[in-house]
Amino acid sequence: MGVCRHLIALIIGLALAGGLAPAQDLRAQPLVFDLSDHLIAITTAFTGTDVVAFGALDEAGDVVIVVMGPPRRMTVRRAAPIAGVWVNRDSLTFRDVPTFYGIATNRPIAEIASLPMLERHGIGLQNLQLLPVAGEEAEPDEIAAFRTALVAEMQGRGVYGADIGQVAFLGDRLFRTTIAFPATVPTGQYLVSAFVFRDGELITAQTSPLVVSKVGLGAEVFRFAQIHAAAYGAIAIVIAVVAGWVAGILFNR
Amino acid sequence: MIVYLPIAEMTVNALLILGMGAAVGFLSGLFGVGGGFLMTPLLIFIGIPPAVAVGTQSNQLVAASVSGVLAHWRRGNVDVKMGVVMLAGSAIGTVGGVLLFGMLKRLGQIDLVINLCYVIFLGLISGLMLIESLGTLVRRRRHRGTREKLHHHNVLHGLPFKMRFPRSRLYVSALLPFGIGLLGGLLVAIMGIGGGFFLVPAMIYLLGMPATVVAGTSLFQIIFSTAIATFLHAYQNHTVDILLAILLLAGGVLGAQFGSRASGRLPGDQARLLLALLVAGVCLRLAFDLFTPPVDPYDVEILDPLVFVGT
Repeated sequence: MGVCRHLIALIIGLALAGGLAPAQDLRAQPLVFDLSDHLIAITTAFTGTDVVAFGALDEAGDVVIVVMGPPRRMTVRRAAPIAGVWVNRDSLTFRDVPTFYGIATNRPIAEIASLPMLERHGIGLQNLQLLPVAGEEAEPDEIAAFRTALVAEMQGRGVYGADIGQVAFLGDRLFRTTIAFPATVPTGQYLVSAFVFRDGELITAQTSPLVVSKVGLGAEVFRFAQIHAAAYGAIAIVIAVVAGWVAGILFNR
Repeated sequence: MIVYLPIAEMTVNALLILGMGAAVGFLSGLFGVGGGFLMTPLLIFIGIPPAVAVGTQSNQLVAASVSGVLAHWRRGNVDVKMGVVMLAGSAIGTVGGVLLFGMLKRLGQIDLVINLCYVIFLGLISGLMLIESLGTLVRRRRHRGTREKLHHHNVLHGLPFKMRFPRSRLYVSALLPFGIGLLGGLLVAIMGIGGGFFLVPAMIYLLGMPATVVAGTSLFQIIFSTAIATFLHAYQNHTVDILLAILLLAGGVLGAQFGSRASGRLPGDQARLLLALLVAGVCLRLAFDLFTPPVDPYDVEILDPLVFVGT
């Protein structure tokens, strides 16, 4: 069902971008870009989903799609042995760390743009601007070690793409790529950006929002537990007492 | 049967959770302990976040203890007066423990403290119980028929605020059950357990309570201390997953019924020996983890609270 919807969205999107829109409008815009969905609804049966990012260029070029999850502060801790027992010793807190990161390109990124160019625009996992929060002090190589560990940990959790995805071109102007979101996708406001390069220079970029949100009974329970925490706690106790009581009476007749 | 746990924010197989609940519930009914010291590590093992495991476990223990206490209540094996005095202590211990939990969490040391607590307490108690129950078995083989003194007088009996506990046939200082409750409450909050594995031996060896009322009285007291812990974890940490708790308690109450029936057929000494071996096993497993270099010395904690995005 999901794939079907994405395909229809893609076809309509491409038709609008490529065929139905007036020719001069398309020529005026170097990049037209959109997503098959702007909302990922996490239901109780959610096991991950795909979103298609697609668009059109006014003339041939390279496309880089970057997906970033909502930023958070994250503390990285490093364990070291004290008298044989492994204890968390040093820690470093980073600010504005994306909770999700994915990137897709139409050819190897090194062929698309130079390293300084990618660095300047913060494109690619190794160019993420991960900085310690104000007040945290550490040696530059310590910061680098913690930053590497942070990225590796997030890759291990499946929220930072370990590989660069493939942007596919239809002809040399229409492009599309599939972004896979795992079951553990963090909720919040995402930004999906398309960068267009030509001969190693950034021509244009466009960003499209994407919301990942819980829906259904699970989401209601989650919200209630956050907003009415005291009532939630009381209900949890009542349910437990009643369930225990009923079971005790049922089985002891 | 796959279900999504709203607070743990993950999908699990419901049958696996039900089975774990039933197995631990059986042991809980058999020995009169909450079984939390087995369930919390099991939950963490299948990928439930430790904080959610601790919070949810306390909720599940409320149901397991209510269901477990009914059987003991009918046989008149609950010393309510003793339970209430212990509860006064454990209420204070639980509140203090949840505050301590929050502080240690901020310092990034909560996992270590939980592990250390488990190893120290489980090791100490299983050791004492092993020595005691093996000793009893050996003594009984050697000279049957001889009896020891009913109870020994020691320094604990010199404490003030003496109180009469008719159901347990004891005349001891109220500070003793109060103190045991206090320590039990700390364990409830920090380790996500009922504390039965500590309370039961303490009531037998420190208070000298008759073995028949120990299980019922400890379960009675655990109902209230776990209820307080559930409320505080839900209120302060948002880590109580009702759906997970319902699955665990559905399995748990079933298992506990069979366990508490089986406990009537299991002689006390043997029950204590089996419990001691079980506790020692969990202790060794956790101690092993403590000294094993982790695969990845780094760990990441996401700090900021979740934001709500309208649908």
